[in-house]
Amino acid sequence: MKFGTQIFVLSLFTFAALVAAGFGVDQPFRQHMWVLFFVLLGFVAILIRNTNFEVAAPIDPSAYMDGPIRYGAIATMFWGVVGMLVGVVIALQLAYPDLNIQPWFNFGRLRPLHTSGVVFAFGGNALLCTSLYVVQRTCRARLFGGDLAWFVFWGYQLFIVMAATGYLLGITESREYAEPEWYVDIWLTIVWVAYLILFLGTIFKRKEPHIYVANWFYLSFIVTIAMLHVINNLSMPASFLGSKSYSAFSGVQDALTQWWYGHNAVGFFLTAGFLGMMYYFVPKQANRPVYSYRLSIIHFWAIIFLYIWAGPHHLHYTALPDWAQTLGMVFSIMLWMPSWGGMINGLMTLSGAWDKLRTDPIIRMMVMAIAFYGMSTFEGPMMSIKTVNSLSHYTDWTIGHVHSGALGWVGMISFGAIYFMVPKLWNRERLYSLRLVTWHFWLATLGIVVYAAVMWVSGVMQGLMWREYDEQGFLVYSFAETVAAMHPYYLMRAIGGAMYLSGALIMAWNIAMTILGYQREEEPMPGSVPALQPAE
Amino acid sequence: MDYNLMREFADSWGLVAMALFFVGATAFALRPGSRKLADEAARIPLEDE
Repeated sequence: MKFGTQIFVLSLFTFAALVAAGFGVDQPFRQHMWVLFFVLLGFVAILIRNTNFEVAAPIDPSAYMDGPIRYGAIATMFWGVVGMLVGVVIALQLAYPDLNIQPWFNFGRLRPLHTSGVVFAFGGNALLCTSLYVVQRTCRARLFGGDLAWFVFWGYQLFIVMAATGYLLGITESREYAEPEWYVDIWLTIVWVAYLILFLGTIFKRKEPHIYVANWFYLSFIVTIAMLHVINNLSMPASFLGSKSYSAFSGVQDALTQWWYGHNAVGFFLTAGFLGMMYYFVPKQANRPVYSYRLSIIHFWAIIFLYIWAGPHHLHYTALPDWAQTLGMVFSIMLWMPSWGGMINGLMTLSGAWDKLRTDPIIRMMVMAIAFYGMSTFEGPMMSIKTVNSLSHYTDWTIGHVHSGALGWVGMISFGAIYFMVPKLWNRERLYSLRLVTWHFWLATLGIVVYAAVMWVSGVMQGLMWREYDEQGFLVYSFAETVAAMHPYYLMRAIGGAMYLSGALIMAWNIAMTILGYQREEEPMPGSVPALQPAE
Repeated sequence: MDYNLMREFADSWGLVAMALFFVGATAFALRPGSRKLADEAARIPLEDE
């Protein structure tokens, strides 16, 4: 029977959620369990409607398993639009506090929804589907473990739904980028271990003797995130059926653990994983091998050995011991080497094919992503220098820096990878429209430029106003005055974000039409070589 | 094993071991004759489909 075990096990979990909804010790937990109950119930209903008793067709073990990757590409697009939309909403909330709708949609609850939405839902799905795409094609092997890939895909979506609804209900651990409470954390751990087994298993059964470097980056991302997630979330639940837990660490140890996690989430989720993407999709789209394969290996080991120590730069001038702050700063500055090595490697892959920048908007998008990787990883170490940090910390400058990395690097390289994969996954000759990709490229690029430039101005102004003393040693500005001064910048930032979001909406349309099998009739890209006419 | 022991290990033998591993990995990547193998490996994504 198709889905027989799945229906049985899921029904048990659905019942357990119902029981937890009844016996939960606090109201948010009971509400959260009702959410879980209805999500699982819907899932069971869909499975029951799609079951049958026919003998399943045998699976061709030599064919790649692309079903979960197709779903993952759609999920990436969906969560990307949702996460970016929430970002524009909270940008407007900062400019117009009246937009805070209590209690579910106030800034405090929507902000983690935005960060988790874009980092874990959009970025996470992009990493999940591209890693499974890349590992099969570079190992020349079908995914390991049969339906394990489906479990990882749906399990991860359930994590996203539980995390997102938890935030809106007010359930939070208050650990940045790790806000979900203990029971959601345990679920993510299970899914993540399954993901590791899936990825490693596929590598073990590879037919290609060498493990291509993109897989090294993906694997380091999976392993490191597992370690970070488990240690950062070591906590004791206050009750077996409650939404509250207490961290195993306290005080400055807790802060350091949190930023060891937080910074390496940036390092291994938003950098290493997406570098794996770069090392596969840029050579594919340019149709040229990576500039220096040996440089890519040194790039890998340098990132592995340096990144993990950089976290303390988030805690400059705090109770953290001075030596630890300096250590974090020094390692952050050393990160310039692998960052720029990687950037050069990515960009130089196009050497001899630079003309593609004129004719291929997808390559343009990838090159812009690599350029932003270089820029934001130059800016980051600079901001980690303690004297610079004394001005930049807690200001909008940090927000601008994060977004130049997230929108510029992570967003653009993911868009490029999705544009590359979707026609291949659905056996389409080409995308619905290349001209729409150009529109997306310019909207996104200009949106990032507006966003980052505005946040620089706003952040530096904010930092200078905070530290302005008069001749008698009194602070010149009250905090509220600095907030009022930032209003015009908040508005401009929302406009930059809205431009980026509209680019993503254009992409969603383009991708949807490609999947449905349409091709837009349009002029070829200027500069592309016209098809040769036969001699008469 | 207390904090001070771990700390001392981390900034002596731990540091040396990691630095040596990194130097070794770099040297291995650049060893004589690796260029041909690396060029072959770099073509793995392009030889598919």
